[in-house]
Amino acid sequence: MTPTKEQDSIIKITNLSKYYGDVKAVDHLDLEIHRGEVFGLLGPNGAGKTTTTLMLLGLTDPTAGHAEIDGMDCTRQSLAVKNEVGYLPDNVGFYPSMSGRENLIFSGMMNGLSKEQALDRAASMLERVGMTYAADRKAGTYSRGMRQRLGIADVLMKDPGIIIMDEPTAGIDPSGVREITALIRDLAEKDGITIMISSHDLYQIQKISDRVGIFVKGKLIACGRIEELGRQLMNKGLYMFDIVAEKNGQKVWDTDFQNMLRSIPGVDIIGRRMDGTVHIEASRDIQKDLLRALVDADYTVREMHQEGGDLTEIYRKYFEAAEAKEGGEDDDRTADTDSQGAGRLGQLKERLTSVFKEGEQ
Amino acid sequence: MYILFRKELSDHLHSVRFQILFAMLAVVSFISLYGSIQTLGQAAQQTSDGQTAVSEYLFLLLFTTSGSSIYSFATFIGFLGPIIGIMLGFDAINEELAQGTLNRLAAQPIYRDTIINAKFLAGAAAVLITIFSIGGLMAGIGLITTGLIPTGEQVARFVIFLLMAVLYISMWMAVAEFFSVVCRHAATAALACIAIWLFLTMFQSLVASGIAGMIYPTSGYAGQVNVLKNYSLQTALCRISPYYLFSEITSIIMNPNVHSTNIVSILQNQQGAIASYLTLGQSLLQIWPHIVVMIALTAAAFAAGYIAFMRKEIRA
Repeated sequence: MTPTKEQDSIIKITNLSKYYGDVKAVDHLDLEIHRGEVFGLLGPNGAGKTTTTLMLLGLTDPTAGHAEIDGMDCTRQSLAVKNEVGYLPDNVGFYPSMSGRENLIFSGMMNGLSKEQALDRAASMLERVGMTYAADRKAGTYSRGMRQRLGIADVLMKDPGIIIMDEPTAGIDPSGVREITALIRDLAEKDGITIMISSHDLYQIQKISDRVGIFVKGKLIACGRIEELGRQLMNKGLYMFDIVAEKNGQKVWDTDFQNMLRSIPGVDIIGRRMDGTVHIEASRDIQKDLLRALVDADYTVREMHQEGGDLTEIYRKYFEAAEAKEGGEDDDRTADTDSQGAGRLGQLKERLTSVFKEGEQ
Repeated sequence: MYILFRKELSDHLHSVRFQILFAMLAVVSFISLYGSIQTLGQAAQQTSDGQTAVSEYLFLLLFTTSGSSIYSFATFIGFLGPIIGIMLGFDAINEELAQGTLNRLAAQPIYRDTIINAKFLAGAAAVLITIFSIGGLMAGIGLITTGLIPTGEQVARFVIFLLMAVLYISMWMAVAEFFSVVCRHAATAALACIAIWLFLTMFQSLVASGIAGMIYPTSGYAGQVNVLKNYSLQTALCRISPYYLFSEITSIIMNPNVHSTNIVSILQNQQGAIASYLTLGQSLLQIWPHIVVMIALTAAAFAAGYIAFMRKEIRA
């Protein structure tokens, strides 16, 4: 898509690498993050996400490559970068002998605010994250969710244009996660802050991200909007449908039904889940044919929906793809040749046998 | 930088640990002052080379006389000073790491060396406050109790002594901060520092005399010739220990009678030397190498910690 004014890149990472001896923590990373978007950097533990964020902030030196935030070099002009960028680390800590408010005032003063300015800003930030009730207690007494919220308030004290968050939802209870994700989304939309989230919490981050990048073993193996990634999945010859079909009020799964399904051209795998839903995978979009076949054969279609856009599915797919390619060849994010497709289908077949109760093709 | 320095200093002054150390030093100083006042009378009648003279520098004697089985103020400082320095410095960086505040601090728009500079300066400031306040307190109490009024030169010597004490303690604090950067756990850092202190304070002189005895034995047929070399080597090895340096500084500064730190032959002493006190300038001349070495040691210890910290990867 043509980049509009709001879409210009504010974080540019080119060929960034970090090697610890032989171990490649980050391997030739190329990434661009647009102004005002929420970008989710997703990946399993040990993928190199934290190392990437540390390099962006100038806390670690890259072995090769270049990272730039808003035109400023991350390694050489790290002071200027830190003026712009707020960092919320994994497991954020505060000085336990000082109260939450005092911690915020300290951060504000370190960022160049005067004492009065820091006081005012602290009060309003505490209000925003909903921590005013506990602001004057010693920070050592805070629960994890409170520390996280105070961490967000702390980051906002410097009025940043960009925020980098490391595992913001890790270890927080579900209602806390909802609050925090709502707050993050709010910051991006209302304040126009660019937010980069590094996490392994696929579901929650998927909901609030504009774009995601999937990071495995130091390599960025997929990047784009969720729908794009889903479409890439589908374009690889995999359309998935879940249907609930009934005859005479009962969910069907007899040989007639199965044969009928298999007779539709393009169907690769059919299987039945424990709750009676039938899962169908096909190499083309068989929606119309499927519906027609079902209705002609006198089945009542209770439910039908198309799958494939779920991030967990995408994630697992790419994750497995990355593992399969582990022979050391050069990474190509968009490549998906037909020869690869067959192999992957085989893998999916194996997975499905373990998931489904009965038969598959 | 100033903000961080202020916060660190206020942390130190408010912490229980510092207050306990201060109280301990105060108590110890009171005891030594009491002891020295008791024996001040005899000390004042020191004979020096056959002449009996009442020492003119009585005020300084308050701090250097050891009472009956109680060490003097100067000895206590020399002995306990490093402990204070170590206690203030051993958890400087690894506590921040453990609390999770180090990466937040490093993400603020400050230079990375501001962190370690501020910690060292705050610790040094705390030590300065401690030593000078306790020194002043002791001087005041001594003044009131004994009625001795210090002359300008005595005050100057005393102040220089206190400054040297601050430098000495800061050196140990720098060593402790180096270990706090290198060791992940505060306990390891503390143990390493205390091990070094123990060796340098208690065992260095034993090791020195042992080595000197091995290389230049004073018994046997080369014995007489070797005495001087033995002594030189021994003192040279001893001077590796900052404790020894500090005690030499103390003895020269606080006691104007002491003319030299080296061995002096009978010829030089009885027929060459003028039996009078050394002026302040001359005393300082005697010990300026010691002062330089102390400053160098402090700088080297701080530099080691600085470099280690700058190269450290800050990771949660």
